[in-house]
Amino acid sequence: MINKVVDNIEKALEGVESNMTFMVGGFGLSGIPENAIAALSKKEIFGLTCISNNAGVDDFGLGLLLKRKQIKKMISSYVGENAEFERQMLSGELEVDLIPQGSLAERCRAGGAGIPAFFTPAGYGTEIAEGKEVREYNGKPHILESALTADFAFVKAWKGDTAGNLIYKGTARNFNPLMAMAGKITVAEVEELVPAGELDPNQIHTAGIFVQRIFQGEKYEKRIEQRTVRTKQ
Amino acid sequence: MALDKNQIAQRIAQELQHNTYVNLGIGIPTLVANYIPKGIDIEFQSENGVLGMGPFPFEGEEDPDMINAGKQTITTMPGAALFDSATSFAMIRGQHVQLTVLGAMEVSENGDIANWKIPGKMVKGMGGAMDLVASADNIIVAMMHTNRAGGSKILKQCTLPITGVNCIKKVVTNLAVLEVTKDGFKLLERAPGVSVDEIITATQAKLIIEGNIPEMQL
Repeated sequence: MINKVVDNIEKALEGVESNMTFMVGGFGLSGIPENAIAALSKKEIFGLTCISNNAGVDDFGLGLLLKRKQIKKMISSYVGENAEFERQMLSGELEVDLIPQGSLAERCRAGGAGIPAFFTPAGYGTEIAEGKEVREYNGKPHILESALTADFAFVKAWKGDTAGNLIYKGTARNFNPLMAMAGKITVAEVEELVPAGELDPNQIHTAGIFVQRIFQGEKYEKRIEQRTVRTKQ
Repeated sequence: MALDKNQIAQRIAQELQHNTYVNLGIGIPTLVANYIPKGIDIEFQSENGVLGMGPFPFEGEEDPDMINAGKQTITTMPGAALFDSATSFAMIRGQHVQLTVLGAMEVSENGDIANWKIPGKMVKGMGGAMDLVASADNIIVAMMHTNRAGGSKILKQCTLPITGVNCIKKVVTNLAVLEVTKDGFKLLERAPGVSVDEIITATQAKLIIEGNIPEMQL
């Protein structure tokens, strides 16, 4: 067993520097690496490129890094929930590359899987296709999208073991397994860290080979963005 | 009377086919789930990674790890499955999801849709919409026929940045049901009490009108 455990968050973030590219897992606020983000927002690192489906909200998630203007460029698919993001983007302070969600997921997966580029129908004929090679397959035009990788990938899982194996819960899985594959250094934080051997190998979503560092997060707020309920009859 | 948002959803629900997988977009499309006709079995896919999405949870049972693409708390139905975003879009791009219902800011008579960006104003992003419209076999658009200023959103050509080309099949608005044909929009139905002339006035695109146009049955 190759032990991936780091003792604390500082060790987990060792080597992060200004101007690096980070992948950050999560969809909305679900499945975001809260502890890593909070710690990064206290570091004197700036000029970051962040690849993340969303950009958090004003006071939680990547919104914390945006507020301190640590992020130079965001690569995302949907950013509608964050007023500060919109302000920085429209004023030109923040560079933003908006790409289709499926292409974002596949570009991360491809980056981790050693596939440098692929053709997809998504975005053909739109402004995101500008400058991209177009090829027809099965009578339908497709555009060439390139793979994404990152200096660090920060992901969050429900359970993990000391070998770095991860199990996600519910829809908190989302981009996390794909980004875990595409990080040069993948830092996984988990709600519960258990000794190797305690997780059923049949149930592992991300194999430990994709994870370089793992730690149990100190606490999880797990904020809900849109609380929607129905009343009992 | 023009339809309200719930009635638009109710009309779209009549398009649901038995034993199909359906993706509902944010806004009016989400409401379609409230009007599934009796005897029709549907599994809803949400692109953040769930198939077999159920209704909102009861108060106190919300789970931050169980949300839909609109970031709303949800439940799952018996037989549900969970997966990552790449697998989710494999279902969409691979045409395993049969129907997509989306909102739109504009649609055009060649089947283009614009629903993700107003230059210089609002920036939200396309989310999964570009992947969905590029691949789905059947796309139904749920939208208001006109904008707040009264201008038509049913156009000869979209003025906003488009989300996909030549892809939508049907449009259900507060005034009408339109089918996208190779010759343009064909008026299929009108909202109860709304005249064909009112629909023509509210539509910038050319409308194909053949015979008597029936009222929608809700």
